[in-house]
Amino acid sequence: MLIGYFTEQPYRGVTEEQVLRHGSYFGISNSNFDRQLGADLYNEYLDEFCYAEDLGFDAVCLNEHHGNPFCMSACLNISAAMLAKATETVKLVLIGNPLPAHHNPLRVAEELAQIDLVSRGRVVAGWVRGSGPEQFFNNSNPAINRELFEEAHDFIIQAWTRPGPWRYEGKHFHYRHVNPWALPYQQPHPPTLIPGVLSLETVEWAADRNYPYLGLGTSLAPTAELWDIYADRVASRGYQAGPENFGYLGMVAVGDTEEEAVEMARNFLFAKGNGLFARAEHTLPAGFNSASAIKRLSSNASGGWLGLNRDKIMGEDHGKADLSPEELLKIRGEIDIALEKMRENYQIIAGTPEQVKARIETILRVARPGHFVFMNVQGDVDAERRRKNMRLISEHVIPHMRQLSEELGLSSQFEVKPGSRRLAPGQARIQTTFPELLPAQKAKAA
Amino acid sequence: MSDTTNQADEVPIEVGGTVMLTVQGGSGKPLLILHDELGYPGWMGWNAALSATRAQIIPLQPGFGRSDALPWLRDYRDLAAHYARFVRQVGTPIDVIGFSAGGYLAAELAAIDPGLFDRIVLVGPLGVRPTTGEIYDFLAVTTRTHVAATVSKQDAPEFAKIYGGTMGAEQFMLFEAARAETSRLGWEPFMFDPALPDMLNGVPNPVLIVRGTEDIICPQGCVDVYAAALPSAQVAMIDGVGHRPEIEDPDAFLGLIKNFLA
Repeated sequence: MLIGYFTEQPYRGVTEEQVLRHGSYFGISNSNFDRQLGADLYNEYLDEFCYAEDLGFDAVCLNEHHGNPFCMSACLNISAAMLAKATETVKLVLIGNPLPAHHNPLRVAEELAQIDLVSRGRVVAGWVRGSGPEQFFNNSNPAINRELFEEAHDFIIQAWTRPGPWRYEGKHFHYRHVNPWALPYQQPHPPTLIPGVLSLETVEWAADRNYPYLGLGTSLAPTAELWDIYADRVASRGYQAGPENFGYLGMVAVGDTEEEAVEMARNFLFAKGNGLFARAEHTLPAGFNSASAIKRLSSNASGGWLGLNRDKIMGEDHGKADLSPEELLKIRGEIDIALEKMRENYQIIAGTPEQVKARIETILRVARPGHFVFMNVQGDVDAERRRKNMRLISEHVIPHMRQLSEELGLSSQFEVKPGSRRLAPGQARIQTTFPELLPAQKAKAA
Repeated sequence: MSDTTNQADEVPIEVGGTVMLTVQGGSGKPLLILHDELGYPGWMGWNAALSATRAQIIPLQPGFGRSDALPWLRDYRDLAAHYARFVRQVGTPIDVIGFSAGGYLAAELAAIDPGLFDRIVLVGPLGVRPTTGEIYDFLAVTTRTHVAATVSKQDAPEFAKIYGGTMGAEQFMLFEAARAETSRLGWEPFMFDPALPDMLNGVPNPVLIVRGTEDIICPQGCVDVYAAALPSAQVAMIDGVGHRPEIEDPDAFLGLIKNFLA
């Protein structure tokens, strides 16, 4: 099992009230950015990733968003480059490079090759379409997002594996001279991990390439259901999916007492967390999702991915500067309810070391991921408390997970190559997830 | 004059091996109508009012959910090339009214071949970089906000009839399809072709440009660019209405176009 550490690297200089009044993190004016605080935080988070290595995490996981205090990291390849030199053993898992936002896949191929060389083969290249706001920020046409993503991905793999120079005339990208001098340290190219929030199309795309799929803080029961779709798709090509094909990212807060842990876990939902990542009009720009996905989301009355539901998608724009104290209180009450729901769904795991061990054991037994990523909290939590969380995870939870991993055979992609378990012609695949092991009341809540 | 049903028929027309669905109604001299970026809104009062004298042909834009989608289209000039073929099949020269993005399309068509058209009416036309103001970024707002922004008079009877109340799932999906295709063709630069003013130079057709004084989608700066590029163009403003003068003040709108197209 590969155990990773992840943080969104939240900017800690905006208040919950600011975000709530704006109606989203995305779009808050950068006139609120404090340069001194920004400098402190970027350095703190880099140190934190190095600390993860010291604590025995196998990987540090990096991402990027743009124009958003929810996540300060705007250039994950720059962070990865610095960590390539500052760390020695951890894998640098990129979850992921938003290819349509980059506009220049050849440049991405060069950047990752350079990082892989400096780190002597520690890059894990994850690819994403980017969330809706990324399309606005980078002026990347959302209506051709998937085309851009797939073409950029295919081009990068070619750029790494096909001896140059050669000419490329694609649909969206064109190069006269493809011959990146520096090639990745790992051959034929770095391994991959595809992060996602349960988009069926992305799961199928990953399955078709034997790319492991990492569920980003998704509810456990639907995650297991979607992984079955992945496993069926892989089986139709004659392969058995295993733990090496799956990863799970959990938001985890550990404390000396449950109360302390829950108080800290509340910060995962600081200003509603990713529920206010962006407003509906930025999260789902026209054409960004397939018609069937839009239909599914717009029929969801109770709320779903990134806080979207029928009212938001079919309503007018959000944001209200004149929230009354009563309205703010009501929203905070809703956040408390959401926290409980997400704890039930296994999206947020909070408690004493013993409680967290038990919850994660359920995840490992139900979903059987070969990769598990711990996400640290959002919100205004200081470095000392963030590090305490990491330390408690390292001292108490990870040893238990390693033992369980041995017992359950939870191999990562670095132990068993995805797609290497062949099925004989006509042979049915074996069960890969075990949702029946979920405690009954929890399964219902999920 | 607000009967919006049963006065027109859907007629499929094959264009280059694909099916373009059209709405056709009325009789008399043919009139091509190019709908806006939200799609065909239905047979409106002003269509009915023209029915006695004009045979109206309204192609439903490919990719908007009814006509065959055309994945090869990359921008409005590509779309115009496809429509040019359609217009040649329908018969040229023909009078045309283009609304908003439909005005953009009509201008691209005129630039490709002025001979396709006789008289041209552009209503709140997008398609050129405005000298002042900005084209409203309707792709950065929700569908409902976009729809609401098209009118100044939300209590206009026909607006309430077609867009008011609860948006049904079917209507919402059609809007989404229309906005997605509009994004695909017009995302960058947003809803204008930098070359269009130069390409329009020398287009001899009589042109009428109509804009509501309260239009927030199409700034006056777009009208000014068109007027400068097309020396023969007349500009007519309709007081107190937004981007949909044909349903916000149909009498004023009809008065203008009946006079111009007579």
